[in-house]
Amino acid sequence: MPELTPTIGAFVSIEKGRLQNVMDALKAAGYTLVGPTLDEGAIVYDEIEGVADLPRGWTDRQEPASYRLQRREDDAYFGYVVGPHSWKKFLLPPRRTLMRVVKKEGAFVVVDEEEPAPRYAFIGVRGCEMQAIHIQDRVFLGGPYQDPGYRARRQQAFVLAVNCTEPGGTCFCASMGTGPEVGLGYDLALTELDDIFIVEIGSELGATMMRETDWRPAGAFELQQARDALAEARRNMGRQLDTTDLPNLLYKNLEHARWDQVADRCLSCGNCTMVCPTCFCQDVLDVSDLKGETFERVWVWDSCFSIDYSHVHGGNIRPHTRARYRQWLTHKFASWIDQFGVIGCVGCGRCITWCPVGIDVTEEIDAIRGEV
Amino acid sequence: MKAPKRKIKPEKRTKPKLAVIKFTSCDGCQLSLLDAEDALLDVADAVEIAYFVEARDRRLPGPYDVTLVEGSISMPEHIEQIQEIREQSKFLIAIGACATAGGIQALRNWRNVDDFVRMVYAHPEYIDTLETSTPISEYVQVDFELRGCPINKHQLLDVVTSLLIGKQPRTPTYSVCMECKRRGTPCVMVSKGVPCLGPVTQAGCNAICPSVNRGCFGCYGPMEAPNTESLGQHLLDIGAAPGEVVRLFRNFSGYAEDFRLASDAFEEMMA
Ligand code: SF4
Ligand code: SF4
Ligand code: SF4
Ligand code: SF4
Repeated sequence: MPELTPTIGAFVSIEKGRLQNVMDALKAAGYTLVGPTLDEGAIVYDEIEGVADLPRGWTDRQEPASYRLQRREDDAYFGYVVGPHSWKKFLLPPRRTLMRVVKKEGAFVVVDEEEPAPRYAFIGVRGCEMQAIHIQDRVFLGGPYQDPGYRARRQQAFVLAVNCTEPGGTCFCASMGTGPEVGLGYDLALTELDDIFIVEIGSELGATMMRETDWRPAGAFELQQARDALAEARRNMGRQLDTTDLPNLLYKNLEHARWDQVADRCLSCGNCTMVCPTCFCQDVLDVSDLKGETFERVWVWDSCFSIDYSHVHGGNIRPHTRARYRQWLTHKFASWIDQFGVIGCVGCGRCITWCPVGIDVTEEIDAIRGEV
Repeated sequence: MKAPKRKIKPEKRTKPKLAVIKFTSCDGCQLSLLDAEDALLDVADAVEIAYFVEARDRRLPGPYDVTLVEGSISMPEHIEQIQEIREQSKFLIAIGACATAGGIQALRNWRNVDDFVRMVYAHPEYIDTLETSTPISEYVQVDFELRGCPINKHQLLDVVTSLLIGKQPRTPTYSVCMECKRRGTPCVMVSKGVPCLGPVTQAGCNAICPSVNRGCFGCYGPMEAPNTESLGQHLLDIGAAPGEVVRLFRNFSGYAEDFRLASDAFEEMMA
């Protein structure tokens, strides 16, 4: 071991099994590890104990409306892409209690029950997902009104990222400029080669977590192998999207016939927005006990595909699926830019895979572009 | 939904009177109320349970402030009974797939009921039944419908609470998929090819069936603006036989209009 902690920006190699040492260091530092693991029929994100819980030797075959697990011929630790879950599950849980109000001696008292935010170490964050987190940072931490719950969870999250060397069938991160290599913001980033992981040190904290791990500086040949693998991945994207002038393309085609065609297929089920790592819409419910003495204000994931969502004073502004689908697509690829200064899609492909009828955003945009 | 304007104080002797009435059904929805355990004591505290045969012998006459009606209308005498109950009830809530859609027994509506009667009963002449099994709303005005087979006790308590404290009940009308995704269940249709009615069915059950690896069979009835045609076509595309699609739609809430039209359309396709 040449030195105790590697420097920021350094590329080092570790034997694959050593990843457990990194995880142990994270656990010792008080982190709860969450990462990919096998559930019924899919790779999901959940609490894990260590490398043994990773879906080693598995891969996922993804197409519109189809996801199948498959055994790999090797025993790669990260030989799959993204599944139905995303990290927003942890940073922005599907259900949160925002506050509780109780009746005490005839008066209502707000009981601020902000639970201490868990300290998560995210294991296996992909390039598209890193960018999705940056996008949600803008939504929840940009501007004058910040979400304190999101801020607390986000600030103390550790990110162990993974570069993708085998894109999935619905991935188009290369078109969106978010992958297959992870951009900035991680503490450590892995590239998996046959026998080793190359680890890039992204932060002081990341360097510290390498202290107990037997590492050595990565060799020139290994680095070249990693670069080649990423270049190869970029050529093998499952899908592509021409992003030229997207906002104008969509704004100029708000009455395009394609919206009617897609509305015939779309179920307005909301799956695409639920799986999308950047969608943030929510509903706020007040739940009371029968006696009217305890109230909870609860936050749940909502979607612009639900009719209530578009109900404003005087009526519903998007009464038909055509308008709701158009809202989703134009928000992601156009008005998001006006709103947050960045495009709302990272090219992860989840909305394509998990749409029950396989509606493909890249195909819809192509169709609109093809006609103009 | 119209709710009382002011909170009704449970301490007062003027507790609202609650009745629970049953027609053709399995009692499962009433059991959801009994199953509410601690909350049931609060209910008993907040309202006067005037008529609830499943729970107690005492039967107080109407009028009732709130009446929960379980079961479908399937016998001739039901018609008069439900009209009487309507007159006796300020606020009438139909609970469950039977009361809101006719229930599984509405499968008879596609056949000649006399054939069933002859097949099933040793003395068909003793049986006096309507040709159809239909929801309560077919005969009287219903103030609120709570779906499900059985209903969800949290939804029931929310509706009762809403009436008591004068707030809007929250009974979402969007898809089961929304709840499925919130609980993190990998979609059974996408990951296993299991036919699922979740994308056209109203939420409320918290996606129980997909969470145990089964497709949703639509017991909460059609969601807001369901696209049954697209889903049915997709099921055919992934290899389901038309008969399967018909059977899927024609299930616990099969007689609800959108599902009924869908099963009829796919049946026609088979012919
Ligand atoms: S719009 Fe689709 S591809 Fe883009 S980030 Fe969301 S889920 Fe991924
Ligand atoms: S696409 Fe719809 S659900 Fe997603 S952020 Fe935009 S409005 Fe919200
Ligand atoms: S695009 Fe697909 S996932 Fe999204 S609402 Fe329509 S059918 Fe559901
Ligand atoms: S399993 Fe069924 S309810 Fe769940 S997301 Fe898939 S289609 Fe929807």
